[in-house]
Amino acid sequence: MGASRTADNFVVFEKVQKSYDGETLVVKDLNLSIAKGEFLTMLGPSGSGKTTCLMMLAGFETATHGEILLDGKPINNIPPHKRGIGMVFQNYALFPHMTVAENLAFPLEVRKIGKTEREEKVQRALGMVQMGEFGGRRPAQLSGGQQQRIALARALVFEPELVLMDEPLGALDKQLREHMQFEITNLAHELGITTVYVTHDQTEALTMSDRVAVFDDGRIQQLAAPDVLYEEPENSFVAQFIGENNTLLGKVESIMNGNCTVSLDSGEIIDAKAVNVSSVGERTLVSIRPERVEINKSRLMEGAHTLKAEVLEFIYMGDVFRTRLRVAGKDDFVVKTRNAPDQVRLEAGKIIELGWLPDDCRALDA
Amino acid sequence: MTAIDPPVLTADGTPLKASLRRALRREKARAFLLVSPLLFFVLLTFIAPIADMLFRSVENGIVHDTIPRTVQALRNWDPGESEVPGDDVFEAFYTDMVFAVERKSHTRLGSRLNYERTGLASLFRKSGRRVGKFDTKDYADAFNTLDPAWGNPATWDVLAGSEAANLPRTASAYATWLEVIQADGDDPLGEEPWDVLYAALFSDLMQAPAGGFASPLLNDAQSAAARFEPISLREQFGAIDEDWLDPQVWRTIQTYAARYTPGYFLNSVDLKLTADGVQYRDEGDRIYVLLFGRTLYMSLVITISCILLGYPVAFLLANLPLRTANLLMILVLLPFWTSLLVRTSSWKVLLQQQGVINDILVALRFVDDASRLVLINNQTGTIIAMTHILLPFMILPLYSVMKTIPPAYVRAAKSLGATDWTAFWRIYFPNSVPGIGAGSVLVFILAIGYYITPELVGGTRGVFISNRIAYHISSSLNWGLAAALGTILLFAVLMLYWTYDKIVGIDNVKLGG
Ligand SMILES: Nc1ncnc2c1ncn2[C@@H]1O[C@H](COP(=O)(O)OP(=O)(O)O)[C@@H](O)[C@H]1O
Ligand SMILES: [Mg+2]
Repeated sequence: MGASRTADNFVVFEKVQKSYDGETLVVKDLNLSIAKGEFLTMLGPSGSGKTTCLMMLAGFETATHGEILLDGKPINNIPPHKRGIGMVFQNYALFPHMTVAENLAFPLEVRKIGKTEREEKVQRALGMVQMGEFGGRRPAQLSGGQQQRIALARALVFEPELVLMDEPLGALDKQLREHMQFEITNLAHELGITTVYVTHDQTEALTMSDRVAVFDDGRIQQLAAPDVLYEEPENSFVAQFIGENNTLLGKVESIMNGNCTVSLDSGEIIDAKAVNVSSVGERTLVSIRPERVEINKSRLMEGAHTLKAEVLEFIYMGDVFRTRLRVAGKDDFVVKTRNAPDQVRLEAGKIIELGWLPDDCRALDA
Repeated sequence: MTAIDPPVLTADGTPLKASLRRALRREKARAFLLVSPLLFFVLLTFIAPIADMLFRSVENGIVHDTIPRTVQALRNWDPGESEVPGDDVFEAFYTDMVFAVERKSHTRLGSRLNYERTGLASLFRKSGRRVGKFDTKDYADAFNTLDPAWGNPATWDVLAGSEAANLPRTASAYATWLEVIQADGDDPLGEEPWDVLYAALFSDLMQAPAGGFASPLLNDAQSAAARFEPISLREQFGAIDEDWLDPQVWRTIQTYAARYTPGYFLNSVDLKLTADGVQYRDEGDRIYVLLFGRTLYMSLVITISCILLGYPVAFLLANLPLRTANLLMILVLLPFWTSLLVRTSSWKVLLQQQGVINDILVALRFVDDASRLVLINNQTGTIIAMTHILLPFMILPLYSVMKTIPPAYVRAAKSLGATDWTAFWRIYFPNSVPGIGAGSVLVFILAIGYYITPELVGGTRGVFISNRIAYHISSSLNWGLAAALGTILLFAVLMLYWTYDKIVGIDNVKLGG
């Protein structure tokens, strides 16, 4: 480890487990290293243990087992206020009885920073989130988006090296949320702070993060960069959780050079990439992204695999067309096509032939 | 925009406002219907008694209603003179007293006036027994010897009608006499006229112009009466008791003759209304200001003890896991399910000098057996018992406010670098202040009017103004004073409420989530 210890392993979870009641593990064997300056997102369904992980890092929950290291030092026994970690809460947790400026000055006051320096820093932090004129207001007099900015500024004003955010945009409407996603990532990168971000919104996770840790059932299911996560999901949970996904159930017939043949439950035999299957005869879930399926026979690529399909529904969505078909006995098979001038619009009831490249078809655990 | 916008119309052309009003009227009517039983109940059991109390605190009709003629006659008497009032006052008083005795209302008047001047109650009682045996019997005999017609009530009836202008006293006395007789269920025509009528007639005849009557019977009586031996009613009363010749007695009656009096209120603040204006009561009689002061002071001490004891409990309740919190909540509510009397009595057992607490302290040698602590029948006892009884009223509002403080606030403060104490003091505490406010208002207002507990454990030095009110209502029967004390208490509470609203804002009082 040596020199790379603090650069690549700024935050380390080592075999961390957590149980609240002594009966069930909410976090099961968590191993995770976060590099300095990295923007890491914990993504997962509600109840998967994301908040618990964040709270252990912040010091509000203690790990039942294992070690958490910050900058190389174990922090299990350091109280929260000495950890120097900035935190943005879901409902902002702005102090209602203080003005915005007083809220921001609070972390500086408890650090005994002089008045002039304090005011200067508060003003700078407010400027950073474009809220320079709002110092005199009470939190209740601000809109949700403005409160969000203040919460962010407050978490940053004492210049922490690590900032934790627990679903900070959950309460905002879609447009504002997208805007804030952009601002938060920008700020984090500009200031070079390490960020651990919790969300259950996959779009948010994909657009903001350097890396995403997908949580389910107290475990990290996959830890990877957004594009890898989307395109190369390692198991069926990740494949289904992230993005839209067509799944077909079947049995592995043969495995060779990382590829396999799968006989679907409906009888068809297809080729797929063997991602998470190890033995012949194993049950498997084959996943294909809707946009990787081609319905235009003339555009089918070399080596593509074709299947018969019946069109059930055609939905016009503006930029894309969404067609629902019955494929291999399943009638929730979805195909997404771009709205281009030469694109066909399929009618319900029509029988067509569709296909995909075996590389886009991944055989995962069932 | 034009200066005057035409009214907005609905589709069928009626103005929108009128249409809206019609639509709302039904809803309002229904809402009113739903609250009307409660409204009626509150009006009957709350507003009406309070209105009655406010009225009683100034109402003083008893003097005017019992001795109207005397009140009238005393108007012309200048209390500056140290002289006893003239004969006219005594004549009027005699008439009033005779009827008051017959109606048995003279003792009540005596009690009422006794509040203002001690001794009057017994004076009235004593005079009541003797006023029927005055020498005015001589007038009756004299008139009857003159003409037997005077013994017939019909004669009086006719004259009181036709000659009323010249016989004002007789007419009014006869009218009252009729009422009194009829109230007894007797026929006036079968009664013998009372002495008091003859006395009034004599007085009228003496003062009417000579021979100015239409009736010859009266003219005869007038000329004959001039030769009668006049009977001084002043002397008659003086013979009952010297006090009737004391101008101070008459001053008191005169001062309290008005239908409405500030007297009860003045009494409530240790003042009194005298003929010479408002004065302090005697040193030894001044108790109410002291009692009000003590009530306020002790309520304040009780409120503060409740805050100090209740805050940590409410904090625990709000922050413990639900199951433990529920158990604790039951313990907090337990006192509510036990009779107030039982709880107060158990404090007696605990706090007595030979009681449990003293026994334990002695056994542990914290105090000497000879100098056991006096924990009851004084202010300490009242404060201890009332703090215990009112504690839930502090804890519950505190709890409900604390429950709404998101745990994220304290966490945020800690993540920002605050120690546990700083996070509590700078963040948690300020957000719990509305709960303290609500609890304090509740506890203070309840304490100020508390009655049973101070009565049982307060001794003489630990009682509240409410105990005094209760005394006046049930023992001394001085309801006017009780009402005045109650009214002052009511306004003190309202003032308190108002001040609180100005400073903290009633909107900030949270009694429930
Ligand atoms: N304070 C707590 N006490 C007991 N159980 C808890 C507590 N906090 C969370 N849990 C449980 O732990 C699991 C994970 O919760 P959490 O970390 O909040 O998930 P997430 O943030 O991913 O939605 C859930 O099943 C939740 O019920
Ligand atoms: Mg969560």
